[in-house]
Order: sequence, then C-alpha cells, then structure tokens
Amino acid sequence: MNLHEYQGKELLSKYGVAIQRGKLAHTIEEAVKAFEEIQKETGTEFGVVKAQIHAGGRGKGGGVKLAKNMSELKEYSGNILGMMLKTPQTPGGVDGPGKLVKKVLIAEDSYAPDFEKNKEYYVSILMDREKKQNVIIYSTKGGMNIEEVAEETPHLVHKEYVDPELGLLPFQARNVAFNLGLSGKAFKEMNAFISNLYKAFIDMDASLFEINPCLHTGDDRIVAVDCKVSIDDNALFRHPDIEAMRDTDEEDPTEVEAKSYGLNYVNLDGNVGCMVNGAGLAMATMDIIKLSGGSPANFLDVGGTADATRVEQAFRIILKDPNVKAILVNIFGGIVRCDRVAQGIVDAYKNVGNIPVPIIVRLQGTNADLGKKLIDESGLQVHSAIQLQEAADIIKRILG
Amino acid sequence: MSVLVNKNSKIIVQGFTGNEGTFHAEQMIEYGTNIVGGVTPGKGGQTHLGKPVYNSVKEAVIKAGADTSILFVPPKFAPDAIMEAAEAGIKVIICITEGIPVQDMVKVKAYIDKFDTRLIGPNCPGVITPDEAKVGIMPGFVFKKGKIGLVSKSGTLTYEAADQLVRAGLGISTAIGIGGDPIVGTPTKEAVELLMNDPETEGIVMIGEIGGNYEAKAAEYIKSTGNKKPVVGFIAGQTAPKGRTMGHAGAIVGGADDTAEAKMRIMAEHGIHVVQSPADIGETMRKVLMDMK
Repeated sequence: MNLHEYQGKELLSKYGVAIQRGKLAHTIEEAVKAFEEIQKETGTEFGVVKAQIHAGGRGKGGGVKLAKNMSELKEYSGNILGMMLKTPQTPGGVDGPGKLVKKVLIAEDSYAPDFEKNKEYYVSILMDREKKQNVIIYSTKGGMNIEEVAEETPHLVHKEYVDPELGLLPFQARNVAFNLGLSGKAFKEMNAFISNLYKAFIDMDASLFEINPCLHTGDDRIVAVDCKVSIDDNALFRHPDIEAMRDTDEEDPTEVEAKSYGLNYVNLDGNVGCMVNGAGLAMATMDIIKLSGGSPANFLDVGGTADATRVEQAFRIILKDPNVKAILVNIFGGIVRCDRVAQGIVDAYKNVGNIPVPIIVRLQGTNADLGKKLIDESGLQVHSAIQLQEAADIIKRILG
Repeated sequence: MSVLVNKNSKIIVQGFTGNEGTFHAEQMIEYGTNIVGGVTPGKGGQTHLGKPVYNSVKEAVIKAGADTSILFVPPKFAPDAIMEAAEAGIKVIICITEGIPVQDMVKVKAYIDKFDTRLIGPNCPGVITPDEAKVGIMPGFVFKKGKIGLVSKSGTLTYEAADQLVRAGLGISTAIGIGGDPIVGTPTKEAVELLMNDPETEGIVMIGEIGGNYEAKAAEYIKSTGNKKPVVGFIAGQTAPKGRTMGHAGAIVGGADDTAEAKMRIMAEHGIHVVQSPADIGETMRKVLMDMK
C-alpha cells in the first residue's frame, strides 16, 4: 500500500526523522491558511505547493511550484488543485489522461536562505530479495533518478546491508554519514536521521522508503524534502492506523470494488477479459491471450472458491470495461470441482442477464468432463474447452 | 528415490485441528501420505482424524519421530510455527500459509539458517512425490508417477504443467511448489539442484514468474552442471504491466532481470528450452526427451 508524501512525512516525523514541514489543503482558502500557519511556525518566507498524488515526477509535470508570496501561492494552488497531472508514473504516462489532483501540501522552503550551499542526497530502504536482508541505499547524487545514477556512476551508489537479528548497527549509520562526506553537525544529524529512519521502516512494516531528495542544508541540517513510503500489505493487520490512511481515490475504482468482493483484479488496456483461479495461472492465461492475437483486458484471480456468487461478481467486474470483446474463463479444478464451477458459470450467466460478448470456458482438473457437459447442455452461447491450447484456438477464431 | 518427501517421511500437520488443516490432512491421509500426527498447542493428548495431537513440535519429534511438517497456520502465527519446527529438529518444513509479512520472513530465514532444515514456501501448494506422499494442497490425481521433476512458484500453474506432462505420456518424480512470496525458504536454484541430483529424475520443468532473480540464478546453476538433464522453462507474466508489484528503488537491486522477457532470454542463453506459450510445456518436454534418444 502506497502513502501520500504528507502521510509518509507525518509518520516519519513521529520517529524523529527531520522532515520539510507542511500542511495539507484541499482548497485555495485552506492553502492560504496553511501558508500563514507554516510561515508562523517555521519562519519560512516562501512556500512550496506540492500536488499530492501517488506518482513520482510531479515536479516536471508542473505539480510542484515555489511561491514567493501569497499571491503566487494562491495562483499556484489554484492551478494545481483540480489539474490533471501527467507524469511518467500516472496512468498512460505523460501522454495519458493524467491524475486528478484533489489536495496539495503547502510546505516550508527548506532550501532557504543559502540556496547555493544546499546539497541533495538520496536515501532509500528496502528488502533485498536475493540477500533476504534489508538494505539502505544512498548516494550523494540526490534529486535524480537513482536508476540512472546507478547506470552512469555506480561508484556513487552505496549500500549498507542490515543483519536481520542484530538490526542496524551504529557503525553502519556512521558509514552512511562518512560515505556522504559529512563531518561535524551534519555528520551527527545524518547519523540520527538514518537510525530513526531505519527504526521507522521496521516499526511500520514498510516495503520501501525513498527519501529523494534528502537535503543537507546550508546550516548543516539533514531534512527529508520528499518521501515515498510503501507498506507491506501483508502486515497491515497490525497497523490499523496506517490502513486507515488508504486513499481509494488513488486506486482504480473497479479494482477497489473487486477487492471488496475478495477478487484480485488489475485493470489493463486489452480486449480479452479473463477469470482464472490462481495468480500464476492468471498471468499465464494473459500470456496465452496475447499469443492468440488478443491482448489481456485484465488480471483476475478468483481464488480458491469459484462459486456462483464469486463468478457472477467477476463477470460484472470484467464487463465494466467497454473494451472487452471476449471473456476467457480458465479454471484448473483441484479442490474446487469443475462441475461446481460450471454450475456457477451457468447460474451467474443467467443472473447477469445479457452478456454481450462471447465467453470461452476452459475447465480442467477434478470432474472436468462433467463441467464441460454442463456447459455444453446449458444452451448458453458459451464455447467450452478442456485443453489450454483448445481455448487459445477458440480465441484466435473469435478475434480473427 | 525422489526428493524431499517419500513414503517413509514421518509427517506432522501444524494447525492440525483448524478448518484448513483438517480438510487437507484428510485429503493427504486419503492419498496414502504417512501422517503421524499433528500439533495444536493446548490440544495435546487428543486424537484427531485418528491421529495423535501434540502440544508442541518437539513432542511430536520425540513421540512420533516426526521429520517433516506441513503448516496450515494463519499468517500471524506462522512465523513462530516455522521457527518452532526448525528448532525441534524437523528436516523439511512445508509452509502453505499465504500472507506472512515480509519482515517476519526476513527474521525467520535468518533464524532457521542455523538449523539443519529446509523450508519450502511460504505461500506454496506444497510438495508431492506421486504414489508416495502428497504433502500439500494439490489435486493428487493429476500427478501421475514418472521421471520429470517440476519446480514452480505457482499453484494452479503447477497443476496445469503436471497435467500436460501426463498427457504427453510423461509423469512426475517430485513436484515442488516453492511459493510466490518475495522470501521463500528454497529458491528455484536449490529446488532444481535437488532434482538434478535425483537419479530418478530425467528432465526438469521450471516455471517462474516476473520479479526477483531466482530463475536467472537457477539458469546459471543449470549451465554449470553442463546441462546434465534437459530443462524446459516458462515464465508467467509476459504481458504483466510494469511497476504494479515492483517498488521504484527495487529495480536497482533486482537489476533489469525482473521482466519475463529478460528471464526467458537468460534461461535460453543458459541452454534451457524456453516455451513462449504455457500450453506447450508438456509437449516440449516430450520432444526434447525424444531428440535425446
């Protein structure tokens, strides 16, 4: 689960991580009030208006602006609130429709007063799947895309692997500060910054922290100017406070609805919908749709209980997408018996009413023959198959 | 011969008396699997499905000689249950549980590495050696005895591959569902290695997914054996959208090897027979074996 910048900062500051301070605003009026308050609290002269959406690259898309006075702040807040912000990470990328901005963070100008003296670093924490350990990745090349930095100047990307049993050791936090070339006050600040950040990572069951830029100010403070925070979905059961921060505006509405039914659904831009049991088989089914000349309209894992109710919900979800020209149901019955699934499909078909696109049902595994018989004798406009290749051939025929 | 589990394995079920544990224990017993009992803390001394219930894994090891365990324990308690099994001396721990927090698995992995044990999973369908032991949730009848080893991250896709192999006139020596979580006890390479060294396995099917570098590591290993046994490989997710499951900074550690395309290329470069279509797994293995004869 991803958090907004303002949510991530709020959580980090509870752990003593120094952040760029700011206040959230949904309207120009709130933005004005937020700016007045943040000026009073921090003494900042300028204010930064930052669009709050779940995507990186907001600055380049015009979603982050430095306001030098109240009239600029009103103007920028007005421009950004309600805009369709396009970044490489919004739906469809920079050429797509963009993402509606519903709120902005009004933040202090952390770069003042000595703009020239500021340095931007990069810090992230994540779990390294190969080493099965958490790793702190950091670089003096902040404010840039870290993948490009790693590509062009790999010697400037440093890593500290953390022992799972001992946790982050004091010398490792010092290593970060030394390798970033710090001394004196900045060294101490970075030391504390890293220790607190790692503590927050563990306590929050995060899967990713990315602080970019991590600012070294002219007066030797270390401040998180931006943050990307992702939390492990599997661990949300022990973080109801974080779960409550979920912003469903940032998610595809159909995906949110599917989730409420216990269906694992991802919307894609193809023309053949699919309904499958199991995530691996679902991905493989998408692949075979592509190989048959179609393109998958979605990923949908119905899970272990493919009964009539779930099948019906799945059909309704898939049919919300107007691009769907055919639906492939691919169920490998193990514990789930194919005749039960077939009956579920027949019932769901009748309940949904008119399904305007051809349906291909491939049932294999326990009682597959009985399942096929049920489908074939139902009188429905459904193509049935037992082998995966047969299903692929039917798709080819229908689309061709 | 076979790997991991066989007819002599002494298997216990952790989470024995729960709904999931009961249902699948019944199925495993019906298959002929040597279930010697189960563990449910606080219910020790009872009998369930005609087998003894123990309070702890240690008790099951001492009293029933258990050497293998399968876990149907909810995500909140599964990490503890895995570590208990390792400490008690269980040699093969198979964790079916889906949804364990990844930071818990970081600790579990570090802890169990100190013991002479092997973890399969979590979030896996289990392990089956046909006609000997089904230690998992897979439909047993699909897996007919034969000489092809199967390694997969997925559940139903494993059944699909097994079904195709059987239809192609082949069969399964042992099928290992390694699990689909970011951290699993036995990565693809180690599972492939077990089968590569198993005298009764003549060929290996390796099924991967997008994310991580397990398949690339396995491919390097396979080549290092001089491609001693033929391997057919498939990667699910050629059409999966980028960035939906991977964090931005994750790519720096995983490198560019995360995509299905990259994995398939690496596998092919290392002498693996890569299939584009998941419908071609069984037939391809049949042809590869024919060509060798």
